[in-house]
Amino acid sequence: MTNAKPTDVRAKVPEGLPDAERALAALVEKMRGAVALDAKLIGIYSGGAWLAERLAAILPGNLPVGFIDVSFYRDDYGQKGLRTKVETTTLPFEVEGSRIVLVDDVLYTGRSVRAAINEIFDYGRPEKIELAVLVDRGGRELPIEATYVGARVSVARELSVVLNREADRFQLSVEPVTSEPRA
Amino acid sequence: MHNPQLNAGGELQHLLTLEGMPAAIVERILDTAVPFVSIAERDVKKVPLLRGKTVFNLFFENSTRTRTTFEIAAKRLSADVINLNVGVSSTSKGETLLDTIDNLVAMNADMFVVRHAQSGAPHLIAQHLSARQREHVHVINAGDGRHAHPTQGLLDLFTIRHYKREFRNLTVAIVGDVLHSRVARSLIHGLTTMGAAEVRAIGPQTLLPTAVEKMGVRVYHDMKSGLAGCDVIVMLRLQTERMKGSLLPSAGEFFKHYGLTADKLASARPDAIVMHPGPMNRGVEIDSAVADGKHSVILPQVTFGIAVRMAVMSILGGG
Repeated sequence: MTNAKPTDVRAKVPEGLPDAERALAALVEKMRGAVALDAKLIGIYSGGAWLAERLAAILPGNLPVGFIDVSFYRDDYGQKGLRTKVETTTLPFEVEGSRIVLVDDVLYTGRSVRAAINEIFDYGRPEKIELAVLVDRGGRELPIEATYVGARVSVARELSVVLNREADRFQLSVEPVTSEPRA
Repeated sequence: MHNPQLNAGGELQHLLTLEGMPAAIVERILDTAVPFVSIAERDVKKVPLLRGKTVFNLFFENSTRTRTTFEIAAKRLSADVINLNVGVSSTSKGETLLDTIDNLVAMNADMFVVRHAQSGAPHLIAQHLSARQREHVHVINAGDGRHAHPTQGLLDLFTIRHYKREFRNLTVAIVGDVLHSRVARSLIHGLTTMGAAEVRAIGPQTLLPTAVEKMGVRVYHDMKSGLAGCDVIVMLRLQTERMKGSLLPSAGEFFKHYGLTADKLASARPDAIVMHPGPMNRGVEIDSAVADGKHSVILPQVTFGIAVRMAVMSILGGG
């Protein structure tokens, strides 16, 4: 899939990519004490799902974790069709009246978050939804901001920032944008 | 040979038949249906994918059940659904099939779900739309004559995969009136494509198509040997309304030889599942004790059928 040379790609990340584990530690620091002890985490597939699992393991309170695949709510379905791999949204708790922290790996246009919020409301009316992201890369196309941010980075438009997981450790990389819908 | 249900890029444009359908597309439909199953378990059983789209259910042949499941599938995708029982409307005033289609396209139809007694009718509509450069309008075959019933075949495949995980090691028996059954034809093509180890057809000579062995099917005329070692048993409805002449002595006689009873079921594997496309004739092709018994997955088939139809519609309806 990545046919561009890594050196070409890295040059388009002005201040370099942050270390993902350090960004996670920074995110945890911001969330600790701020997130309600009865909050429920919802990770957006796939990177946000991994991140939600890590956060639940680290944060106090044994927060329950759900997973959401926003493919059925995306606004680019009319242009790009349905994604090929759609996971099953699993929210193993009551959404009605609960405090939700939506979790995603990379915040960019804000469109995935919009889709996720719409889907969550089809399960019930939450009391509150916050947003936690590992990386905020700017470039918003909707009025959406994260409540908790691990790191900020500036990356050229033609690149996507991708979270990788290896032996339960996170790493960030950049890839040329594919025809698959953007996060 | 060019397959009109795929576009130039090899993507699904219409769903007309499972014959010649690439395994990757069948697999994609089955995979996509999985998350749709859980939509039905939510309070709000709806996703916005087909919001603003108009789906016409064109039933030139009666079928309350199939029409209802297509209607539910489209509505759960937020489409507007119009049901036309064409047999009792315009065609009886002399309008041709393709004129009916042109009129509905002029009403901005996005999708046609077509049931027709004539084999090939959905195919004809798809060709007509393409000749008129209406590539954005999609056709789903909801059963044409004796030819095909691809969404039923897909929901059967989905059910089998749900209970048996994979197709490779499976022996599947299709029992009864294979001759008149588009359900059987679609399932046989689907199972062959997905690499099932063995597909069997069990029935009297008069109810098995002469060329069924050319489809890669082993033929049996008695239940005991035919069901031996089977993982999946698909009972077909005895289609008395399609029978002309005397293919059968009587329904009672049929039940005696080919009706699925607990006794006959004992020849199959102990974990065999029993399927039926519905509507079933209790005491004709299946005994009530089996239809309601622990091997039966007949009602889950109905539930999965909606998810599979949602998957097909959402794959077709996207940009």
